[in-house]
Amino acid sequence: MEDIIPNKRIDIRGLHCPYTFVKSKLAIESMNVGEVLEIVLDYPEASVSIPKSMQDHGHKVLKVDKISEKDWLLLIRKEKE
Amino acid sequence: MDFTEDQILRYSRHIILPEVGGKGQAKISTAKVFLVGAGGLGCPVGYFLTAAGVGKIAIIDDDHVELSNLQRQIAHSTKTLGMPKVQSAKETFNALNPEVEIVPLKQRLTKDNILGLISDYDIVVDGSDNFPTRYLVNDACVIAGKPLVSGAILRFEGQVTTILPHQGHCYRCLFEEMPPPGLVPSCQEAGVLGVLPGIVGGLQAMEVLKLIIGQGDVLKETLLIIDALKTTFRKVKVPKNPKCPVCGENPTITELLDYNAAYCSA
Ligand SMILES: [Zn+2]
Repeated sequence: MEDIIPNKRIDIRGLHCPYTFVKSKLAIESMNVGEVLEIVLDYPEASVSIPKSMQDHGHKVLKVDKISEKDWLLLIRKEKE
Repeated sequence: MDFTEDQILRYSRHIILPEVGGKGQAKISTAKVFLVGAGGLGCPVGYFLTAAGVGKIAIIDDDHVELSNLQRQIAHSTKTLGMPKVQSAKETFNALNPEVEIVPLKQRLTKDNILGLISDYDIVVDGSDNFPTRYLVNDACVIAGKPLVSGAILRFEGQVTTILPHQGHCYRCLFEEMPPPGLVPSCQEAGVLGVLPGIVGGLQAMEVLKLIIGQGDVLKETLLIIDALKTTFRKVKVPKNPKCPVCGENPTITELLDYNAAYCSA
């Protein structure tokens, strides 16, 4: 799989639910359909809940990776306004 | 619109909703609402719209806070007895949310000032307690083309309707003329259970927010009747009347009238 270059990156390490999702939602709202958002986070629950919520809102989860002891990296493609 | 960190926290439960989001909250933050009355209905409507972060809210009322108001008018308090209601409400609302611009207007609404006063606002909310004001506000909103969210309470019964001039009904499509003085008792003579204005005002605030964000259905061509004793909510269809004297095809009311009658205005 070729590397996906995100159009926007947010680092929400240190934030808890629901602000992890609030920040992610605001970020994706500001983007165009088809663009990819990269999210770096360290709140374990959010590594599950954000992909689920993004799917519920109609977006595509491209990647959920544990990139270090504490951090996750998510790639979400905006599918609709 | 870029939110501050505090705004993101304050409005997070709105931003999370798919129907609102950051874009809906931005619409709320720039909306301007004109509130008629700082009494039983005006208090909860203004309180919730302030909490929601509406950009600017004008409140008009020329009364002062009295002890008999405090059983239902939740923006006022024992500490603000004797204060103009609009000032008391402004202090309460701004304590909840200092970002909202509250414009207190301690005056009576008349046929000569209403069109000028509402011209800068997007939505009008009627929380008045008397028929002359209700008809004045209706006719002015139809003439000015302003959406109007109207509410009324008496004893245990409440009514809510949303008037979108020329798209739906207006108050005169429903009740063409004012009832003669004395036929319908006022709140002062008939009483009202204190929670009822909270329910009706809450519904009015909900209608306003839905108009602002453009989501859901509002009470267009519909009258919602609440019976608090029986705990029933009933929707009655109110078609637009093509012969309505103000919003019909050949209106006879094309400028505002003198609405003053011998009504009790408590
Ligand atoms: Zn009409």
